[in-house]
Amino acid sequence: MVDGTLGAVGAVPPAEVEDMELYHPKSWVTRYVFCQDAKVISIQYSLTALSIGLVALVLSWLMRLQLGFPSVFSFIDANAYYQFITMHGMIMVIYLLTAILLGGFGNYLIPLMVGARDMVFPYVNMLSYWVYLLAVLVLVASFFVPGGATGAGWTLYPPQAILSGTPGRDWGIILMLASLIIFIVGFTMGGLNYVVTVLQARTRGMTLMRMPLTVWGIFTASVMALLAFPALFVGAVMMLFDRVLGTSFFMPALVEMGQQLQYGGGSPILFQHLFWFFGHPEVYIVALPAFGIVSDLISTHARRNIFGYRMMVWAIVAIGALSFVVWAHHMYVSGMNPYFGFFFATTTLIIAIPTAIKVYNWVLTLWLGDIHLTVPMLFALGFIVTFISGGLTGLFLGNAVVDVPLSDTMFVVAHFHMVMGVAPILVIFGAIYHWYPKVTGRMLNEALGQLHFWITFLGAYAIFFPMHYLGLVGVPRRYHELGEAAFNTPSVGTLNAFITIVALIVGAAQLVFLFNLAWSLVRGKEAGGNPWKATTLEWQTPETPPAHGNWGKELPVVYRWAYDYSVPGAEEDFVPQNQPVVARAGAREGAPA
Amino acid sequence: MAIALILVLIAVGSVLFHVLSPWWWTPIASNWGYIDNTIIITFWITGVVFVAVVLFMAYCLFRFRHQEGRRAAYEPENKRLEWWLTIITGVGVAAMLAPGLFVWKQFVTVPEGASVIEIVGQQWQWSYRLPGKDGRLGTSDIRNVSSDNPLGLNPSDPHGQDDVVVEGGELHLPVGKPVKVLLRSLDVVHDFYVPEFRAKMDMVPGAVTYFWFTPTRTGTFEALCAELCGVGHPQMRGSVVVENESDYQAWLEQQPTFVRSSAGLGPKVESPRLTD
Amino acid sequence: MSATVLFLAVIAIVVAWWLSQQRLTAKPWLEEGPVAHLPGQAEPALPAAKVGLVVFLAVVGILFALFTSAYLMRMHMGDWRPLPDPRVLWLNTGVLVVSSYALHRARAAAAGGDIGAVKTGLLAGGASALLFLAGQLWAWQQLAAGGYFLASNPANAFFYLITGVHGLHLAGGLVALGRTTAKAWRGGRAEEVLLSVELCATYWHFLLGVWLVLFALLLAT
Repeated sequence: MVDGTLGAVGAVPPAEVEDMELYHPKSWVTRYVFCQDAKVISIQYSLTALSIGLVALVLSWLMRLQLGFPSVFSFIDANAYYQFITMHGMIMVIYLLTAILLGGFGNYLIPLMVGARDMVFPYVNMLSYWVYLLAVLVLVASFFVPGGATGAGWTLYPPQAILSGTPGRDWGIILMLASLIIFIVGFTMGGLNYVVTVLQARTRGMTLMRMPLTVWGIFTASVMALLAFPALFVGAVMMLFDRVLGTSFFMPALVEMGQQLQYGGGSPILFQHLFWFFGHPEVYIVALPAFGIVSDLISTHARRNIFGYRMMVWAIVAIGALSFVVWAHHMYVSGMNPYFGFFFATTTLIIAIPTAIKVYNWVLTLWLGDIHLTVPMLFALGFIVTFISGGLTGLFLGNAVVDVPLSDTMFVVAHFHMVMGVAPILVIFGAIYHWYPKVTGRMLNEALGQLHFWITFLGAYAIFFPMHYLGLVGVPRRYHELGEAAFNTPSVGTLNAFITIVALIVGAAQLVFLFNLAWSLVRGKEAGGNPWKATTLEWQTPETPPAHGNWGKELPVVYRWAYDYSVPGAEEDFVPQNQPVVARAGAREGAPA
Repeated sequence: MAIALILVLIAVGSVLFHVLSPWWWTPIASNWGYIDNTIIITFWITGVVFVAVVLFMAYCLFRFRHQEGRRAAYEPENKRLEWWLTIITGVGVAAMLAPGLFVWKQFVTVPEGASVIEIVGQQWQWSYRLPGKDGRLGTSDIRNVSSDNPLGLNPSDPHGQDDVVVEGGELHLPVGKPVKVLLRSLDVVHDFYVPEFRAKMDMVPGAVTYFWFTPTRTGTFEALCAELCGVGHPQMRGSVVVENESDYQAWLEQQPTFVRSSAGLGPKVESPRLTD
Repeated sequence: MSATVLFLAVIAIVVAWWLSQQRLTAKPWLEEGPVAHLPGQAEPALPAAKVGLVVFLAVVGILFALFTSAYLMRMHMGDWRPLPDPRVLWLNTGVLVVSSYALHRARAAAAGGDIGAVKTGLLAGGASALLFLAGQLWAWQQLAAGGYFLASNPANAFFYLITGVHGLHLAGGLVALGRTTAKAWRGGRAEEVLLSVELCATYWHFLLGVWLVLFALLLAT
């Protein structure tokens, strides 16, 4: 073990990491549009993702209107409804959550937090954004082609996705698959950057175990995404072949509306395997960056080191590895070999253990803390509550036999919205409130932030907690209208109407957030370099917002882990990672002399 | 301080909602009470964890809120505590997984002597096939589907001649007898879902899937489609009538068999081109 | 999905080995200071481009593993009719081996400072890769002429799809190879093109390996 007096080394030799040559923009276009600076790319990613996310928000309003007040809004017919749910799901999961957490936060935070000047392949990084934008545009275009967007559900199960009983069969599905393929190409370009930057461009002294958990989360998620997205790529290419060229990868012999079709022999379940081989890691691709970010938010605002840092790192790695062997828990009732259920139920419930450890450690970080209830902290707390709720209902659905009655009901909808909709989005909001001062140099307005938090958090809980019980009653998901049914009691109608009204309010509250973003850019309080008194490197830049190249002349040198908050004997209650030596009272007695 | 109070309200309110709300599962009508029990166990364990963690958070937020001069403790980790929590979590997980796997074993193991029926999905209606006097279903192939052979039965299979085909009507089942349901689809993935039976399984075109259950109570139950199958998905309804044995036999008697319903139209068993 | 899980297991072993070098059990709060002498810190710096290529190859590898998995699952369905493997594939395989070997020589020449041999190696490698692609197209032509169309059987569909995706990857590599060759031609010194040549050679060897696995798969089934 390393001697605790290491810090006494006075003079530090210059950084051994080779300094990189940066591309210096020569014009407005290369500075702000075709820009190779990861920070600008991050903002481009985030704004694009938020914009397309607003489309998804409006779509969710429309489908909630139909569910809450059936047949009141005549323009929401069955076709439109299925197009809305499909596009809402796909946009949220891929084009918003994946894009903003990896492309947005990853680009901004990785180079700054590991002490790099930029991503290692800035040109490829820039291409990544423009390819992503193209994917978004193709996706949006699918609304306007003849027949409209696809209504196959975000899972795009064949044969249904490419048969005429499903809306958007003509062009919508083709554009959807094309857009996914483009997205994956773009993501791979970005993902290579995130991974290799962490591997190669860490500054001197930044060992893996000194990295903030945010970097650990985004790094692991990027590795997973690089390995998981190809499965969606393969599925999309093969389905495109089936749809356009008439192959039968996934298409069995079938009779559509009395007509024998030319297809034969294909396996719809093969697609489901490919889809969920991507789809389950995808849950953690979204969750792990959120885990990482929320760890840093809680630690910073509770002025306390994250509790059990090592366990937190190991848990991230364990979750990342395990999440590749649980995919078929989405397929307990798919008709696959039922004996797979034993294996996948076991792996799925095992993954609950490292996940639970993370929850305990967040909560234990609050214990004995000095908790500042700032807006980012509120969002982090909201995340913990919704994540526990969504995580625990995952124990229902992961346990094969419990999944049987609950699968394809509103219970599932409530579960995944809580765990991978509400929870990561609360983290995204918290992260924006937290890092906005670094990005813009100004604070977001506190009062508006509080308002935004309370409506969003309480509203989201009021939407999705009762929704589980609709599923218990037996209300199936993906029903345009429930119609006459034993489970469609008046009380179910009342609950649906209630959920719709809350959803409208929560959606509207996001306007407060957008207004805050714009207003604070001009009128926000000056933030200074380190308004939260945080330890991590991004807050120690010589300029705020950080200039191109981040660090001025010299790269920072890292002397300590990322969580030296409230160190006994230290003058301030935080010690930045790049501060050389600090006097402490007896804090190092654990170290062998 | 508001947040601590509200977290308490969320924990207490969620429990009260669970206990008091009118929304709960439909009364069970099959042998799968085991599934309900496993859900109850899961509710208890997860409920306790949820309330404990949220209340602990609320306490921390109240007790360790920022005050002038307060300084957080510096404690990077506590191995003992972390290991204990891991072990307790492991025990809790095992307590849910073990009964789950036990019941899953039963779910995938069809008992000896279960009668076999077939449910066929197509956009957007259900059809049913029951074995006739010989107690066996004949083979089928989707390539045989035509307007007078809607389920694609194999006309040359002697076991299929007396099969009873019910197109778009009600499915009748005798109470108290285990039944293995074979599932086929003619076009897209469907899922025959009767909430009261708890059991369900997707029907996949190009494959035959199955599940089994024993109806335990007589009555008429509504069947729905639980797997998105196109715009008509919500309209895809059916009904299952569970009745006692004699009523069931009486109903079965009245149903036309395959050979009778396709007589004169479909090829005869002796047809030479089908004997190879 | 067994082929994919197997490939993932290999990646997992590599990652686990790498992580085991990173002192993940260290207690970072006890280690204050610049830690220049700690293991994992002063490792010889690989160029980022090399690491990037390795990560990219892992992604390409899993892509082909997934296609293989799909192939293996689909071929057990009843309608699978194996197609005759065009003879020219053997010739193509030989050409690709030559291409890979030429780049291997180019790398050795670049390391040795012999820019003339680098140019020869790059040209030979590029030309033979083009020949390989032409040969693959010729194989397609033969199959189509024999009535083995894309949509007529899944075995055909997989053949066209897998060879097509592999060919596209090689074509992408040709772009990088072209740029490297241009650099060498514009009077770059051997040391200046060394990294690019190394990257191209690695990529070529990898695609050769992928092709050998795919070819074996196509022959065996």
